[in-house]
Amino acid sequence: MSNIMLNVRNLHASIGDIGILRGVDLTVNAGEVHAIMGPNGSGKSTLANVLAGRPDYTVTRGEVLFEGRDLRAMEPEVRAREGIFLAFQYPIELPGVRSWQFFKSAVDAVRTHRGEEEMSIRAFDRMLQEKMQLVEIDPELTKRSVNEGFSGGEKKRNEILQMALLEPKLAILDETDSGLDIDALRIVANGVNQLKRPSNAIVLVTHYQRILNYITPDFVHVLLDGRIARSGGRDLALELEEKGYDWIRETVEAGAQPGS
Amino acid sequence: MTQAQTKDDRYVSDFHALQKSVDGSEPAWLSRVRADAFARFAELGFPTARRGNERWKYTSVAPIAGATFIHAVAGAPDSVDARVLNGRLPHDDGWVTLAFVDGRYSPSLSTGAPELEGARISSLADSLASDGDVAERHLGRYARFEDDGFTALNTAFVNDGAILSVEREACIQRPIHLVYLSTGDGSPAVSYPRNLVVAGRNSESTVVETYLSLSPGRDLTNTVTEIVLDEGARIDHYRLLLDAADGFHVGTTRVHQSKDSSFTSSSISRGAALARHDLLVTLDAPGTSCSLNGLYVTSGREHIDNFINIDHAKPNTTSRLYYKGILDGSSRAVFGGTVLVRKDAQKADAQQSDKNLLLSDDAEVDSKPSLLIYADDVKCGHGATAGHIDQDTLFYMMSRGLDRKTASALLVRGFAGEIIDQVRLEPLRKFLDETFLGVLAGSQIGGGR
Repeated sequence: MSNIMLNVRNLHASIGDIGILRGVDLTVNAGEVHAIMGPNGSGKSTLANVLAGRPDYTVTRGEVLFEGRDLRAMEPEVRAREGIFLAFQYPIELPGVRSWQFFKSAVDAVRTHRGEEEMSIRAFDRMLQEKMQLVEIDPELTKRSVNEGFSGGEKKRNEILQMALLEPKLAILDETDSGLDIDALRIVANGVNQLKRPSNAIVLVTHYQRILNYITPDFVHVLLDGRIARSGGRDLALELEEKGYDWIRETVEAGAQPGS
Repeated sequence: MTQAQTKDDRYVSDFHALQKSVDGSEPAWLSRVRADAFARFAELGFPTARRGNERWKYTSVAPIAGATFIHAVAGAPDSVDARVLNGRLPHDDGWVTLAFVDGRYSPSLSTGAPELEGARISSLADSLASDGDVAERHLGRYARFEDDGFTALNTAFVNDGAILSVEREACIQRPIHLVYLSTGDGSPAVSYPRNLVVAGRNSESTVVETYLSLSPGRDLTNTVTEIVLDEGARIDHYRLLLDAADGFHVGTTRVHQSKDSSFTSSSISRGAALARHDLLVTLDAPGTSCSLNGLYVTSGREHIDNFINIDHAKPNTTSRLYYKGILDGSSRAVFGGTVLVRKDAQKADAQQSDKNLLLSDDAEVDSKPSLLIYADDVKCGHGATAGHIDQDTLFYMMSRGLDRKTASALLVRGFAGEIIDQVRLEPLRKFLDETFLGVLAGSQIGGGR
């Protein structure tokens, strides 16, 4: 049996009339960590959001298979229930929506989809306590409205908390590291590492290499102008850090495969 | 307009019938007030938006002025079976309830006049029949009929309601629940509830007014509540307008505050064919404060108009005005909030805001908060917003597995929560959460794609 979790073939996507993804190919197997890097405007966040089903984007060509099934036919909430999770680059504040209730509704939605019963309040409370420790989040925060008045770092940690609660098969982290100080980065990375399983996969979208000091990727891909210009192992990230994205651009424009 | 003339004639004949029926059985002062009020209505007629009348700019009362409502001199106040009220009203065994059916006191639906230490409560009709002292001193003193046709009509036809008098220093633990039911069977009828709340010095009390239509008739309720707070008094006031989708409701709440008194109110309404509430507060002494919250929820072709006027008449007065609306269908809401800070009212502190959530493209809100400031050392602010459910917000919630409907319902609940969570009466808060907002959860919030 194949352990291919995500299979992206020649994916083209646009927002309005503007084409952003222009032929992305990507294969992610269970148990793997992939880093998607690239300069601003290269399409990293678009890829992350297209996978999660953000309605602003239109897939114009190509296919996206999740566990062999066509993702395009699924509404965002169905993707989430099937096991796709997007940690947002800019988590949204939900005024008046209590964190506890929101989290419980989400967990129950996933469980119901799997044919399981909704969680008892007690069991959910226990799980919430446990996962909050994992991301070192102040329990007081979950008594408030979702993300409302949270600092940037608290919002990012709150994303990882939700990831921990929903236990996705495929977690896509959209620049979760941006705007974090070194302590927050360590906490977030530690949380992600503890959620790694042989049965799930992580796609890290990032501008910087620094989070890869904490989360070790199996593969690094460089996205440029809506295509994956180069793929490699962990060393590629270090090389990028040293030489900058222009190095990739120059080699791509020269029509040559950069040396390995 | 001959049409309007005919309808006014109806009020004239109803008034003569009423005069005849109460002749000799009511105090002379009341008969005089009635006659004056009716004469004033004859001059004023129903309000219109003409001649720059900002107060009625966005609400036409033509559907009321053009309709014929039966005015029953006697009613059948014990005709309603208490069981039909189950779940349709907030309820708690600890509350003192005075219920009225089509404007008449209903002993069978009321808890009776209990021995309430520190307060006297009775129906207005009973109070007038025994000793009309409090009524005579206060009735009509605050809700002046001189400049308002509806208040003039209410005063002319006054016959029942609740009268609550709280003694000085008394702290009334049990909330007083005034329930107004309109039965709505048969021809459209009109009722004129009239309430008077007099809070003695340093007293504390809680009053809930609930208006409920029992069937989808086109009844008119024209109600006036006068609330007077003596020095240092505190009143928590709640006003609920429920289930009147096809009916008409016009209400005035007139509040007068003395030194260091504090008035908080939550006005929570479903829409109606036409609903209007005037909430008029006079901060008539230093140290007074009022906090007025409101939530209106409309759908279909309902229309609701909240007109609020806060008069900072003296220095060192504080007001907070915070209303929210949730509009669906092709309903329409009007919010008119005026804060007046008079020349001598230095150090006034006034904030007002009105925020609206539109659940459909056809719903419409006209929100006009305004400040009239004549003092120079004040702290005042106001704002109004109206918007749809944010698509990015919905996507965020759906990316966690919630379907559109559940996500929308949570957002709507969150939006309303800011008002509902401030309700201090637990049974009322529960009712609002489960029953009032439950109606919303069942509707097609957020629409389709």
